[in-house]
Formats: sequence, C-alpha cells, structure tokens
Amino acid sequence: MASKAIHAYYDDDDVLMLAVKKVKAAKHHIEEVYCPFPVHGLDKAMGLAPTRIAITSFLYGCVGLTVATLMMNYIMIEDWPQDIGGKPSFSYLENMPAFVPIMFELTVFFAAHLMVITFYLRSRLWPFKDAENPDPRTTDDHFLMEIDIHDNEKELRDLLLDTGAVEINIVEKNSH
Amino acid sequence: MYTFSNKLKIGSFVLMALGILGIAIGFISAPSTVEEAKAIVASHGDGHGDAHGAADAHAAVAADAHGEAAEAHDASHDEHVFHQLRNKPWAALYVAAFFFFMIALGVLAFYAIQRAAQAGWSPLLFRVMEGITAYLVPGGIIVFVILVLSVLHMNHLFVWMDPEVVAHDHLLQGKSGYLNPTFFLIRAAIFLGGWIFYREYSRKLSLRQDESDDNSNFKLNFRWSAAFLVFYLVSESIMSWDWIMSVDPHWFSTLFGWYVFASMFVSGITVIAMITIYLKSKGYLPDVNDSHIHDLAKFMFGISIFWTYLWFSQFMLIWYSNIPEEVTYYVTRIADYRLPFFGMVAMNFLFPVLLLMNSDYKRLNWFVVLTGIVILAGHYMDIFNMIMPSTVGDQWFIGIPEIGSILFFAGAFIFWVFRALSSAPLQPKRNPFIEESRHFHY
Repeated sequence: MASKAIHAYYDDDDVLMLAVKKVKAAKHHIEEVYCPFPVHGLDKAMGLAPTRIAITSFLYGCVGLTVATLMMNYIMIEDWPQDIGGKPSFSYLENMPAFVPIMFELTVFFAAHLMVITFYLRSRLWPFKDAENPDPRTTDDHFLMEIDIHDNEKELRDLLLDTGAVEINIVEKNSH
Repeated sequence: MYTFSNKLKIGSFVLMALGILGIAIGFISAPSTVEEAKAIVASHGDGHGDAHGAADAHAAVAADAHGEAAEAHDASHDEHVFHQLRNKPWAALYVAAFFFFMIALGVLAFYAIQRAAQAGWSPLLFRVMEGITAYLVPGGIIVFVILVLSVLHMNHLFVWMDPEVVAHDHLLQGKSGYLNPTFFLIRAAIFLGGWIFYREYSRKLSLRQDESDDNSNFKLNFRWSAAFLVFYLVSESIMSWDWIMSVDPHWFSTLFGWYVFASMFVSGITVIAMITIYLKSKGYLPDVNDSHIHDLAKFMFGISIFWTYLWFSQFMLIWYSNIPEEVTYYVTRIADYRLPFFGMVAMNFLFPVLLLMNSDYKRLNWFVVLTGIVILAGHYMDIFNMIMPSTVGDQWFIGIPEIGSILFFAGAFIFWVFRALSSAPLQPKRNPFIEESRHFHY
C-alpha cells in the first residue's frame, strides 16, 4: 500500500525542537525525525517511550560479573591452583582481591558490548545495510521531519511553514 | 535573603553544648596512671587478648618510645595501653574536627572546579557552596590548634613528634628533615593560609560581581580559581601525608593524597546536595530544579565509585605483595577494626551504588538525603579508620568522646554555615551564566 508523507526540512536544531513541540501541540503524529547528530531532549519532545537500554545494561553487567567469577574459579582454583606470592589458590574467597580487577573488567566488557549489540538489533542495523534516511542532506546540515498525510496536506504544509521549515516535499511512501 | 531560623540556631547550640559535655567526659575519664588504665581494660573483660599479636608490629614502635624495649613485655604493654587510652579523647576530637573541616575543603575544591570550568549549570548553587566553605576558617583554626597542642606534647597522636622515639628509631631519623615539628607547622600554616585566602577572596569577587556592571570580577575569579586548583592539588596531597599518614610514620602509600581527596570531595558534594534540599524545602532557591539535584546525585554516585577504586587500589597492591612493613597497616585494621573497616566499604560503595544507580532515584529528594546520611557516616568511619589504629590501637570504641566530638563539630558546622548563608542573597544576580543555570534541564 502506498501512502503519502510530508517531509519538512530544518537547518537548525533549536528551530527543529520548537517545530516538534508545535506539531505535537497541534496533535499530529510525527513519524520520524532524521538528524545529522543527536539532538538533546528530542525524544521527550516527540513523545517517544523512554529507553530501556539502561536495564539491559545492568543485566548484562550482572552476567559479566557471574562469568568472571565462574571463569576465575575454574582457572585459578579448580583446574590449576598455583602458589603465587605465598598465597596458595585453594579458596576463591581468600584470593578474591586478586580477581576483583578481572571481575570489574568483564562486568564493563559485557555491559558495553552487549548493550551496543542490543542497540543495533533493536534499531535494525547491520553491516552493509542500505541507509533508511530519505535525503543525504540529513547526514550533513539538515534536519528532516516526516509526517504521514491523511487528507490534510494543506493544513500540514501551512503549519510546517509556520514553524520555520526551509523546504517542504511531498513523497510517495511504500510501507514496509 | 535567607534568615537563620531560630529553631536551627538553637539546635546547633544544643548540639555544641552536648558535644562539649561529651568531650569533657572523655577527657575526665581518661586514665591518669598506668594502674587506672589497667583497671579500665580489666573492667572491659579480656576480649582484646588475641588481637595483640597483630598490634605487636606497631607496639614495637611505641615501646621504643619509652625506652623500655628490653623490659618484660607485660610492663611495656601496660604502659602502651595507658598511652592509648590517654590518646583516645584527643583522637576522637581530632577525627571529628578533621572530618567537618574536610567537608568544607572538599566543597571549596568543587567550587573552584565549577569556577575554573565556567560551568553553566551550577551558578545557582554558588552561594550554598560559599556558605559551606565559610566553615574553613573556624574549622581550619581548630585543626591547627590541635596540631600545635600535639607539637607541645599535650597528646601523643603523632609519635614522631616525641624526640625520645626519634632517638631510638633509625627510620624516623632519616625522615626528620621533613617530619619535624617546626616544618610541620609551617606547612600547615601555609596550606591553611592559602585555602582561606582563596575562599575569602573568591567570595568577595562573587559578591562584588552582583553589584558591578561588567564581568571583570567574574573573569578575575576564574583566573584565581584555576590557580587555586594547582595550589590545592599539591597542598591537599601534602596535607594528607602530614595530618593523617604521619600518625603511622613508618608506613606510606603513594596514592594517599588522592584517597583522602576522594573522601573529602564526595562528603562535600553530599553536603551541598543536603543543604540545597533543606533550603528548597523551606521555600528558598526557587529556581533550583530537579536537574540540579540530579547532577549533584550523579557526582555523589560517581565519586563514591572513585573513592572505592582508590581504596581498593591501595589495599590490593599491599595485600598482594605482602611486604611486612607495608602490610601491618591492613593487618591491624583487619584484626582490630574488622567491622568499621569493612562496614565503611559497604556504606561508601555498595549503598550509594545500589541506591543511586537508577536515574529516577537521583531526583527523589528523600532518597538523596538518605543516601547522603549513609555516605557521611561512612566517610567519618573512613577518617576514623585512618587515625585510630595508630593512636589508640585496639582500645577503640565509638562511645561518649567520639559521639560528643561529632555533635560538637556538627553544631559548629551548622551554626557557621547557616550564618554565612544568611549574610548574602542566596541567588547570584549578575553571574553571566545565571540564565543558563536557571534553565538547566537534563
């Protein structure tokens, strides 16, 4: 099914923020905003649900801590105990301070890497993927706001021009 | 303008009065003869028996002190315990005096960083910070007086100040070029003078900026703050060796300055957050919003982790290498101070990490205050663990002299800080960043 969408271009992030607030105030649904860089507070202004990536980060950190503990216990205590500096490795707890750096590093490692991977999966990004942004200028110096048209082209066009859009295009859009 | 409420003023006087009472009881009940000391220890039961083996390494230093190392262990031990009990009220006083002084000093460093970084979010909080740093003057003078009394042999907090000890101690003779009473007091005077000078001068420029019609005072303040940070970094480090590390004159740690800095920084930021929340709850500081509290709580969270990082770095290297002259420091603490030593890690690390991890909790005032109280108690324990093991050994206890000292200095701190807060408008008028701070939004 093909539908029409309106693309409004802005050349300043402050103007864009105000425009988003005005469009939201006029009760229109903003499909997407394409930006050359992250605009602080844009997600809240667009009314997007808050991200849950922090929760996954905490869980991944817990996984990393567990992996480090089990790994060091197997390597240093069970499989091949050694006497290092007069501290024979027969008890994990007694040798714990020596393992803290590893526990810390793996916590950070797991949290960071799995969080990035989660972010890619959630945003449907992978290597060699074709870009989704409709105009290459949104990777340079323009911001683009996309709103679906439901027989209100004139009204939307007036509203967007009023918010300081520098260019407005109507595009045919193929739904995924 | 903030007016110092009568309730709070009376409260601070009550705290000071109770504190003086507690301190006096501590000094009066300290033993004046070896026999009295033996009676006190006996009345506590023999619970300390097994701890002495660990304290021996240190006891050797003190035993030398009285030139009776060759005598039977028992006699020198009784003498040693007597000196520890004599030290106890002094050490309690010193720990509390330093703790509240270090809060003001930590806030001064935070304030200078905000000035030097030309931070846009914090100018609304500058008057709160300036109010807290006002305590630097009385707090610094009290600490200095205690140090002077130590030099005058009123107490034995610093064992290297005793010429008898140095005469029998080769290591201390080697350090005497640096660790001698005259140079020690000169350094203390220079550091306190520098800190107090910057505080007073920066406060003057800050107030003058409100009345002026250009930004020259602001710019001058920026330059002085940047210069002060250089001075502070060096002086704070040396101060921590002098005033804290030297109570254990054989032992040293090269990251000690940072470690003490982390403690004072997090305590200072916590107090800024608590006083800001208090003033806001009374209807002052109307432009301070959730985001300011959120940022302070982020600092509390982050610096708590930084403190733990340094605590652990110092501990792990010494634990791992296990060199006798280094490891005694931790052996005494783990043998005689197990609960305060590990309890403080829970209070200063686990508690803030778990409570302040969630972004939303950093905006809940009661949550920040609750965590703040635990952090402050934890960092008092930190200073306690630094001073007590070498001054009172296993005779430590958090009793009347310790709590009395905390109450007294808490009262003095509250009185001085809120008096300074009421002496100038709580919101700077002409700080060039005040609009940004007012609209600060995360």
